[in-house]
Amino acid sequence: MTSTAITSAGAATSEGGQELQSRTDVSQKALMREAGAVLRMSESDAAAMADVATDVGEDQSMIINMGPQHPSTHGVLRLMLELQGETVLRCKPVIGYLHTGMEKTGESLTYMQGGTNVTRMDYLSPLNNELVFSMATEKLLGIDGEIPERAQWMRMLLSELNRMSSHLLFMATNGMDLGAVSMMLYGWREREEVLRFFQKVTGLRMNHNFIRPGGVAADLPAGWRDDVLSLLDMLPDRLAEYEVLMTGQPIWRERLQGVGVITQSEAIALAATGPILRSTGVAWDLRKDMPYLKYRDVEFDVVVGVHGDAYDRYAIRLQEIRESMRIVRQILDKMPLGDYRIQNKKVTPPPRGRIDESMEALIHHFKIFTEGFKVPEGEAYVAIESPRGEIGCYIASDGSSVPYRMHVRAPSFVNVQCLPHMMRGGLVADAVAVISSIDPVLGEVDR
Amino acid sequence: MTDSIDQSVRFVSVPDYIPTITGLYADGFTMCVDLTAVDYLLHTNRNVPSGVVAQRFEVVVNLLSMAKRERIRLRLQVAEGESVPSLFDIHPSTEAMEREVFDMFGIVFDGHPDLTRILMPEDWDGHPLRKDYAQGRIPVQFKGAAS
Repeated sequence: MTSTAITSAGAATSEGGQELQSRTDVSQKALMREAGAVLRMSESDAAAMADVATDVGEDQSMIINMGPQHPSTHGVLRLMLELQGETVLRCKPVIGYLHTGMEKTGESLTYMQGGTNVTRMDYLSPLNNELVFSMATEKLLGIDGEIPERAQWMRMLLSELNRMSSHLLFMATNGMDLGAVSMMLYGWREREEVLRFFQKVTGLRMNHNFIRPGGVAADLPAGWRDDVLSLLDMLPDRLAEYEVLMTGQPIWRERLQGVGVITQSEAIALAATGPILRSTGVAWDLRKDMPYLKYRDVEFDVVVGVHGDAYDRYAIRLQEIRESMRIVRQILDKMPLGDYRIQNKKVTPPPRGRIDESMEALIHHFKIFTEGFKVPEGEAYVAIESPRGEIGCYIASDGSSVPYRMHVRAPSFVNVQCLPHMMRGGLVADAVAVISSIDPVLGEVDR
Repeated sequence: MTDSIDQSVRFVSVPDYIPTITGLYADGFTMCVDLTAVDYLLHTNRNVPSGVVAQRFEVVVNLLSMAKRERIRLRLQVAEGESVPSLFDIHPSTEAMEREVFDMFGIVFDGHPDLTRILMPEDWDGHPLRKDYAQGRIPVQFKGAAS
């Protein structure tokens, strides 16, 4: 561990109550809470908790900081760990280092500009953020049933490709965290291929602001089909290489199997979603269970695990890349022709060419880009399945052209709460594996 | 602001907050997906269903029933300075969410095990998502640095 500051147990910390308090300052009840006794576990489980030492003397444990500057913390996640030897007794994530007030910023950006803000939250799946924001806006506008077919299929195509790129990056970082450094290169390499396609479609590798209220910003470029096909032809072999490199390897399995276990009831109580929930055997995927876009029209399987450990989460993500590829192939077959955004003058800016010839088009263009379009009063919550779980957008509108309140339910923010329960009683070396298996994106945790 | 746009919304007040959540839990709404708040300072006399007294703050709780594939949203009216019972004992997932609401809106959750600021520094003044906390009004506060 490169950047750890060791404080002896009992020493006063400078951050006050935000930090992990030393054992002597914490009541027994609070210790049990931190131990997860609140998670409605069976009596036998609760009794088993007792064998992780609770009567640790002041001089037997120490609190160390892991992060916020630590390569395995995926950004600026700071974990305070109480260790007895190499065993993690308690753990507390301390977040907020990347807090930039994006929800506050969102209250001063019009619905048109809002996409540039939300896309920077979960920077590994920006298109999903834009999608959920756009869907919430469309719901408030009452146009969610009128989005053109092609726009919906394009959104789905981009969303699934984004899931692939995000999971490919997970493969890379998960490998790197566990010492499979060559995997890092391979994962980033494949992700880059997906991003190259995004660049061709949206103009940017990340932070696209491409999915907008009313549809998408532009039509697919010529030759997009060949690009996607070459991507789909390339990936299966590469994924097979990952299997050889990692899945079957005894060292890999030893590092992940049985590490960071979470049970079904714990995952539900902690509102964990995405691969974490599915690793416990709950087949919950919003694409399947509360379908949006055109997910009813494509065939895919929800991948679930059995043990709820880090290995299952790894395997689920690997398999989800394949499922996404399956969906993308079906999208290629079904992509209809037509408009890529809604033809509603109040929401969609007029085509560039019309501005020169139509006064009305010029006015609409000016109005939309200066004051934005007005959204009727109301509030709506829309949720979709991002690579990390349920991402939701709650918008309260007061009838003006900026959201009165814009809240994003970030999957990583909620999933990070699982860390203390996954780490308890494990080894500090496994902490890295556990963080990695959560796949948190700190931009989204802190917003 | 009563329009719920084909989503089920229920208005509650602080006294029947916990009973409602408990009842919904028994009904299968076992996952508390999201808990956030809105500061309606600029819209204190907004439209709410009759019988509901609109207050400055609204705590918005999103519950999910996985068995029924349903969502329900509770809008809890909270007056300024009023504290709200914590959901932690029913839904442990609200731990970080209630801390965030406390941090951003200054709404106090009674019975929360660790009600400290979560995103802002411990010694920060004010609650940034309140409507009377204007952007850029307060100089940047960083520990030990000149501002």
